[in-house]
Amino acid sequence: MDFNEPAGTNPADRGTVLGKSTPRIDGPLKTSGHAPYAYERHDVAEDQLAGYPVFSAIARGRITRIDSAAAEAAPGVVAVIRSTDMDVLGKHGMNVVPHFGGDEIRHYHQAVALVVAESFEAARAASGLVRVAYDAEGHADYDLSTHRDTAMARKAEPDQDVGDFAAAFAEAPVTLDETYTTPCQTHAMMEPHASIAQWDEEGRLTVWSSTQMVNWLVEGLCSAFDLDPDQVRVDSPFIGGGFGSKLFMRADSVLAALGARATGRPVKVALPRPAIANNTTHRARTIQRIRIGADRDGRITAIAHDGLSHTQPGGDGENSTAQTPFFYAGANRLITPRLVDLHLPEAHAMRAPGEASGLMALEIAMDEMAEKLGMDPVEFRILNDTQVDPGQPDRPFSDRNFVTCLRQGADRFGWADRNTTPGGRREGMWLIGHGMAGAYRGALTMNSGALVRLRPDGTAVVETDMTDIGTGSYTIIAQTAAEMLGLGVDQVEVRLGDSRYPVSSGSGGQFGAPSSTAGVYAACVKLREEIARRLGNVDAGSLDFADGRVTASGRSTSLAEIAADGEITAEDKVAFGEFQDDVLMATFAAHFVELAVHAGTGETRVRRMLAVCDAGRILNPLSARSQVIGGMVMGLGAALMEELAIDTGRGFFANHDLAGYEVPVHADIASQEVVFLDTLDPASTPLKAKGVGELGLCGIAAAVANAHYNATGLRIRDYPLTLDKVLEELPAI
Amino acid sequence: MTTDMTDQRSAPGADPGDRAAQMRSTVRFTVNGEMREIEIDNRTTLLDALREHLRLTGTKKGCDHGQCGACTVIVNGRRVNSCLTLAVMQDGHEIETIEGIGAPDALDPMQAAFVEHDGYQCGYCTPGQICSARAVLDEIAAGIPSHVTGDLSARIEITEDEIRERMSGNICRCGAYANMMTAILQVSRGAP
Repeated sequence: MDFNEPAGTNPADRGTVLGKSTPRIDGPLKTSGHAPYAYERHDVAEDQLAGYPVFSAIARGRITRIDSAAAEAAPGVVAVIRSTDMDVLGKHGMNVVPHFGGDEIRHYHQAVALVVAESFEAARAASGLVRVAYDAEGHADYDLSTHRDTAMARKAEPDQDVGDFAAAFAEAPVTLDETYTTPCQTHAMMEPHASIAQWDEEGRLTVWSSTQMVNWLVEGLCSAFDLDPDQVRVDSPFIGGGFGSKLFMRADSVLAALGARATGRPVKVALPRPAIANNTTHRARTIQRIRIGADRDGRITAIAHDGLSHTQPGGDGENSTAQTPFFYAGANRLITPRLVDLHLPEAHAMRAPGEASGLMALEIAMDEMAEKLGMDPVEFRILNDTQVDPGQPDRPFSDRNFVTCLRQGADRFGWADRNTTPGGRREGMWLIGHGMAGAYRGALTMNSGALVRLRPDGTAVVETDMTDIGTGSYTIIAQTAAEMLGLGVDQVEVRLGDSRYPVSSGSGGQFGAPSSTAGVYAACVKLREEIARRLGNVDAGSLDFADGRVTASGRSTSLAEIAADGEITAEDKVAFGEFQDDVLMATFAAHFVELAVHAGTGETRVRRMLAVCDAGRILNPLSARSQVIGGMVMGLGAALMEELAIDTGRGFFANHDLAGYEVPVHADIASQEVVFLDTLDPASTPLKAKGVGELGLCGIAAAVANAHYNATGLRIRDYPLTLDKVLEELPAI
Repeated sequence: MTTDMTDQRSAPGADPGDRAAQMRSTVRFTVNGEMREIEIDNRTTLLDALREHLRLTGTKKGCDHGQCGACTVIVNGRRVNSCLTLAVMQDGHEIETIEGIGAPDALDPMQAAFVEHDGYQCGYCTPGQICSARAVLDEIAAGIPSHVTGDLSARIEITEDEIRERMSGNICRCGAYANMMTAILQVSRGAP
């Protein structure tokens, strides 16, 4: 199905199943421990061996020797695979750094060997017997801050250069020029990267893995092992979180496949938790200079965002300026992303790549600017709303209700009763603060396929290589098929994550929910057409599907009857047309936060959070709300605690486990409220839906930071807002 | 428990990993009400004994270092991080895992409440959360105080603060804490 114009009225609009809060259909499996994750697939292959990797102890240089004799002689060891035994293996096009092979070390904890043994204990013990000698490169660079004034632009031209920023900024009566920093962050999903690999006698490879993008892993494995796609199968029905960390092939699947090839037996490999932060990807650190000029009424006349981040050569780093060309009005604009090559591990996508970091800075800057103008920060944002691309005014937003988010949020939160004097409200030892921020995240769509089977018993099966990384894909796909076929959710079986199924959008960039359900919609439309044909070439558009029956021209037939002679299948994919480039598609939210800062210790306790979100049709309000509150939790972590600490001498993240890298725990989270506006975006998908998986994370950290300023009167522009940054300056007890 | 050191060649000073590898034991314990006997490498954690030997993979390995709580199980009525204890230390003990709490078609009230209130997302920390959640209610009922308990001589009330504090050893990176709270409170009130 080509999606070449905004959606009109269609069967998905009925809203009998779609749009209704629906408990996850995979919930009973997950809560009882029966959902199978990658490392646990005892059932799929006999005689599995365990692999345990050896990781580089330097960040840059060459391996001069790997002595594996002691490890090979250790009890239970079957094989040791050394990086130096082979050339560099191919990687997926999205990867920046290869995963294995050769003698070059490009980052700390790069995999250099794999010990394969009869047991995990034997492999782990023997991994400690592998001796690796290095020739470390003396000239290495791990510190972004030294490049602040010299770094090159990402591209030859600025991302946005409209009007005359310099002149407008110079003329503006009210201006802001501040620099903000965000640290490196790690995804810290709960399930480590893990794979089981097996080769068959014909040289075909099967990998049971934990991946967000099944087809990209197939492509990556083809590249690494010189295979054709039909020689590779990937299966990933349950994924214990990803947040971008499992978008592309990682070392676990490569190592498992190497181990399996060397031993002739299935091999499973999980990346040990302490290796994940340095072996895999992370969100890059940013240094962001933001300049805003406005007239005395608060209208922005000039805005510039200079966003510096880092990458391994060939990567993209963290484009913190991503939202700034589009979020607020202003005639004169200069947006300049800059990028530095550092020898830290590979910087890559983490949930809301770009906007998450960018809004951490921009939305503090907006708060500071409102204060300079003497304006309510809500009203300042409303005044500078735009319904068109500010740099290209003939390009409208497809559907933008940011102002409604702001107004509803202010009402619900009780914004009028906020503390308006920074540092001015106190309850005993606690300083009370209120803050808000706006959120913007693009609404991407990706082509997505699915196959629908109508079984002789009148129930349906959906097959697609779409993944459910906690996002609720199983359930919204079941809802989509149920809506389209007039079935109950419990009459739809959903099979995901297998490369034998049609290629889908996969999960990333908050495009998964809208794209994959559009693909299922397309397949269901095709199935409805086939049913119309079987009913005597009636007009498919005239069919009414309800309660397991289809009605055509007053005649009602059960789906079971239609499929009585055998299963009916229909496969299709949605292909999103170029018309989507003529509009700006995005999601919006307004965040409001109340917190308390202890006047004696600087400890921060967030008391309540509210998000009002605008993201088109909300397919399953129950799981969509979970996506948003989860993003808010991650954003609270970004504001208050999360930072990969860089050893700038040796080039690695020092706090590389879940004890050293702190993420929010239950005690950090009090009241959370989420409101979804009742909106539709016909330009986005046939279901008029947009994603919310990243929206909740966008802006929330700045709302926390603004509330912290409001509580203490101390403006911190260097995340996270740890208490050491305020302790000296807190008011007298 | 019986321990058998089959290889006596290891001389003092030989690699301890090599020597330990030769040591295996037979362990007997009760898992979900069933007596199990397994012969294992002494280095095997309770977590790996459950996951790899008994194939009870509902108990999850998130960090293997006692930092995340995904491996929480109940041993002799108390919750433990099963990655921080060796299987050989559990001889004769009674162990309950998520599989013993309820099945997909016969969920325990806490499991059902997690489904009803979406107290999870990716599901990987969920078995540990549910084991902890049930244990938290038992601990409060047993009068075991926490960091946030006020009057140590009074009966401990089930409050959001008590639950938050006691659930904080189980990390959920998907951030479903608020929904778990709703589920746990519902179960604590005996509501269906």
